[in-house]
Amino acid sequence: MSDLATLTRQALDEVAASTTLAALDEVRVRWLGKKGVLTEQLKSLGSLPAADRPAAGARINEAKAQVQAAIDAAQTTLESAAINAELAAGRIDVTLPGRGEGRGSVHPVTRARLRIEQIFRRSGFEVASGPEIEDDFHNFEALNIPADHPARAMHDTFYFPDGRLLRTHTSPVQIRELKKGRLPLAMIMPGRVFRCDYDMTHSPMFHQVEGLVVDENVSFSNLKATLQGFLEAFFEKDLKMRLRPSYFPFTEPSAEVDMSCVFCDGAGCRVCKHTGWLEIAGCGMVHPNVFAAAGVEGERWTGYAFGMGIERLAMLKYGVNDLRLFFESDLRFLKQFGAA
Amino acid sequence: MKISSSWLAEWVPSNLSARELGDRLTMAGFELESITPAAPAFEGVIVAEIVAAVRHPQADKLQVCTVITGESPESRSNPLQIVCGAANARAGLRTALATVGANLPGDLKIKAAKLRGVESIGMLCSAKELGLADTSDGIVEFPLDAPLGTSVREFLSLDDEILELSITPNRGDAMSVRGIAREVAALTGVTLTTPDCSAVSPTAIDPALDARAKATLAAPEACPRFHGRVLVEVDNSRRSPTWLVERLRRAGLRSISPIVDITNYVVLELGQPMHAYDLDKVEGSLTVRQASEGERCELLDGRAVELASDVLVIADGAGPVALAGVMGGQRTAVSSDTTRVLFEVAWFAPSAIAGRGRRYGLTTDASQRFERGVDPEIGAAAIERATSLLIQVAGGRAGRVVTVEDRTKVRMPQTVALRIAQIERLLGRSFSEHDAASFLSRLGMSTETAGVGVLKVRAPSSRFDIQIERDLIEEVARLAGYDQLPTAPAHARQSILPHPSAILDEQRVLDVLAARGYHEGIHFAFVDPKLQGVVFPGVPTHTLANPISSDLAVMRLSLWPGLLKAALENQRRQQSRVRLVEHGVVFPVGGSERDCLAGLAMGSRWPEQWNGGGESTDFFDVRADVEAVLSFCDAPGTFTFEAATHSALHPGRSARVLRHGNSAGWIGELHPRLVRELGFVSAPVVFELEMSALAVSYAPYLEVSRFPHVRRDLAVLVDESVSADQLCEQVKTAASSLLREVVVFDVYRGPGIESGRKSVALGLILQNKERTLTDEDTDRVIASVRKALSQGLGAGFRE
Repeated sequence: MSDLATLTRQALDEVAASTTLAALDEVRVRWLGKKGVLTEQLKSLGSLPAADRPAAGARINEAKAQVQAAIDAAQTTLESAAINAELAAGRIDVTLPGRGEGRGSVHPVTRARLRIEQIFRRSGFEVASGPEIEDDFHNFEALNIPADHPARAMHDTFYFPDGRLLRTHTSPVQIRELKKGRLPLAMIMPGRVFRCDYDMTHSPMFHQVEGLVVDENVSFSNLKATLQGFLEAFFEKDLKMRLRPSYFPFTEPSAEVDMSCVFCDGAGCRVCKHTGWLEIAGCGMVHPNVFAAAGVEGERWTGYAFGMGIERLAMLKYGVNDLRLFFESDLRFLKQFGAA
Repeated sequence: MKISSSWLAEWVPSNLSARELGDRLTMAGFELESITPAAPAFEGVIVAEIVAAVRHPQADKLQVCTVITGESPESRSNPLQIVCGAANARAGLRTALATVGANLPGDLKIKAAKLRGVESIGMLCSAKELGLADTSDGIVEFPLDAPLGTSVREFLSLDDEILELSITPNRGDAMSVRGIAREVAALTGVTLTTPDCSAVSPTAIDPALDARAKATLAAPEACPRFHGRVLVEVDNSRRSPTWLVERLRRAGLRSISPIVDITNYVVLELGQPMHAYDLDKVEGSLTVRQASEGERCELLDGRAVELASDVLVIADGAGPVALAGVMGGQRTAVSSDTTRVLFEVAWFAPSAIAGRGRRYGLTTDASQRFERGVDPEIGAAAIERATSLLIQVAGGRAGRVVTVEDRTKVRMPQTVALRIAQIERLLGRSFSEHDAASFLSRLGMSTETAGVGVLKVRAPSSRFDIQIERDLIEEVARLAGYDQLPTAPAHARQSILPHPSAILDEQRVLDVLAARGYHEGIHFAFVDPKLQGVVFPGVPTHTLANPISSDLAVMRLSLWPGLLKAALENQRRQQSRVRLVEHGVVFPVGGSERDCLAGLAMGSRWPEQWNGGGESTDFFDVRADVEAVLSFCDAPGTFTFEAATHSALHPGRSARVLRHGNSAGWIGELHPRLVRELGFVSAPVVFELEMSALAVSYAPYLEVSRFPHVRRDLAVLVDESVSADQLCEQVKTAASSLLREVVVFDVYRGPGIESGRKSVALGLILQNKERTLTDEDTDRVIASVRKALSQGLGAGFRE
């Protein structure tokens, strides 16, 4: 037993010399395994006098515990070294871009339109649409614009040889919806419209959204509230709004709608031509002749209608300064927008 | 319409600035478009007289002028020497002199200078140099009595501003100084001052002449009132006086001759268009009649137009001499030699004039006013005003005014009933009967009570837009100010709207395609007939009668022409990888408009990146994109892709998309012929789906089995002509209900496979709902599948 201390030292030296987890395990088996050197020492206790056995056993266990502790410590050290080595080897450049498809986009005019639809839908409006090739009745006659009316000169109309035309505004959808006779109603009618005019600030095709509310006592005051509410919701800011008397054959009274400039808050800037105001919509109370053309009883119902250019709203919302960009599908332009 | 604030102030003196006036008018419905100064800033320019002009010794085109700037002997004895290049510089001419130290528009500062060795102390100015005209030939010519030494700004009253107002088509009555002045008076309460339009006594007493002023009204519905008058001994070779030229200039018109200028002046001032004929060129007297079909008239602008029978003309013994209410004719036009003038002041019904000018591409000051409505009662005053002004400007003696009229056909002012309660119902604010009547009377309307809460209102003869109660309510609102009407949310009726689940949400579709790299484009609905003809040869189209250009002339049959054009343009802009999608309607002939979703992909499979993806996009990439869209609509399998040929697509790489066997759209690679013809660098893959075929329906829920599934793989050898769909269908038919799914996980051709054959690897996933599958169950299914494949499709198997 005199060499227990020697054996212990020898075991501890071997532990210290182990540089891998496998070598360390071999050391553990050799010294502490079922047939390990120190385990064998316990088996030899039987040859000692009974009185000596407890003390000798305690010494051997103490030695075993000492070696086990050294192994545990070495194990921890080697394990963490192994993980560190694995981590070092597995390092990636996380700044490289993700693999696969890149980002596409939804067109800014569509984004604006969807936003308009959402705002109105949440306020109880339905969304309706109508044909783009229209007839004279729906596009003009029923809207109180008879043939040779001066207002027709303001609509540079595309015609087909058979007399049909490309709708010049979304207002014909009003007639189609009113003719269905489902009153009261509150709806918006977004869509493409066409005018025979093409330059810096005019596109032969553009988008409008028409609004129509008909009930038994709808008033101009309600119209003002709807427009103000919509504009503030769309632009997400407090706005001033003013209505100026104007003329549309299909409404009476009629008004042009100005809102305080969203860029300078009315102080005056290049966008609002230093007036502080931006013209944003036309509106009015539905003309009795329109109700008559659509078979709506004018003495019972009143209604308001409004129309806005979606490109105009999109330009102001997203800061696009050239109308023509919308229809060129230049990827360098489109890529600047994201999903809807 | 342009109107100068000084002219307006003559009618309604107010202490509002031009800007304030413009703002008031804007808020009353006459939008101020701009305010411009009557002349740009300049100073140091005075009225001067050339007393002598001699040729410059060194230059043919220059003259050395001796110029005085005052009447006094002292001024006369101290003239200035000024070198001038204008041809009209001559002794006796009073003109504009920019003295040394003067600042002219364009930041030009006048200094004493030597021109070809001759001293010049100042500069004689043209109207252009003073910013009063866009072009001018020669220096300004002032009348002989222009006060020497006076500032030109003061002499011409140039410290004036021009308001440009936009007049809506319902307010023809406001297209004059008189009309705007009436509005300003109503808005501000200032009393209107009208110029002297009293009768000019005839001084040329000649019944024969007066007889020639008497028109025959052969179309009394269209023209029920005509005032004619002859003036003789007029000198139309004179220059119009400065005040007249300046008034016209500020309204946007050029001075032509005294007669023309006066007729223009009267239309601007009173809103009554008129015409002047050279009496000596008129055959007999005038008749107002409908044109006969095919009759011709040569107009003042030099064009000869062919007339239709609904066009009203003024004719003399030799035929039409004017398009009534639109433009006069060349044959009887006044010239500088004209001495005998026939004035026409007529009233034409708007319906007789509306649209006629536009038919010939003409929109004139006269036609704009007549088609909107001219006050039928202003003609008598207008002809007197024109007479007295013409005599003042060009001398002459006037004959009698000869009025021919059919009073029953002249438009009478409307009387309209206004129910006071309707004002509140429509505007959301109540007005008392008294207030309403007061607003309306400020506009020259007469009102009287007609029962409880009802006013009877008679509009002035100038107002054509007051026809129904609504029109009066608008006038009340306008005068009160729209900003005085409350803003009040409606108390909406609560009604739950239907919410059909079958409607495919457009935003989700666009978002999923955006997530797959597509950019949404919006293209014109009209396309190039050539491009569309290449894609859809021989298919009829809707063709525009008046396209904006020949390459935007036909309505699209598909969204593909727009996408192909956009892809080509992007290719030209060095964008080699293109993913575009569009949602819009297309216009088949003989059917209704169809709402479509189409896409185009070309270039590399993935955007350029560090880890592959550089292979070219092919059919299957785009098919996956299409399937992503279809996945919104229904369970997988309800849509099938069936090989089919399309004029625009590669015959071996195109498919019709079917839903329950009905066509839902197309997908395919662009035909190689089109790829070459259109100039694509790589072949685009395109698809188009009909939105109406994409209604959302939900597959019934299938219970998930708790028991494990078994997978068996088969390597099936078949002829190239056997499609994957055929194989899978055969498997589904042959397998029992134990088959959950079959997947194609490899297609192999090459060594080990005889040519004309391919090896398709199928994975069959089997599962029983009630119990765990045994090997015998599985073997039985696989055996019957193998048998069916070999018998049905001539399949062999690789082990």
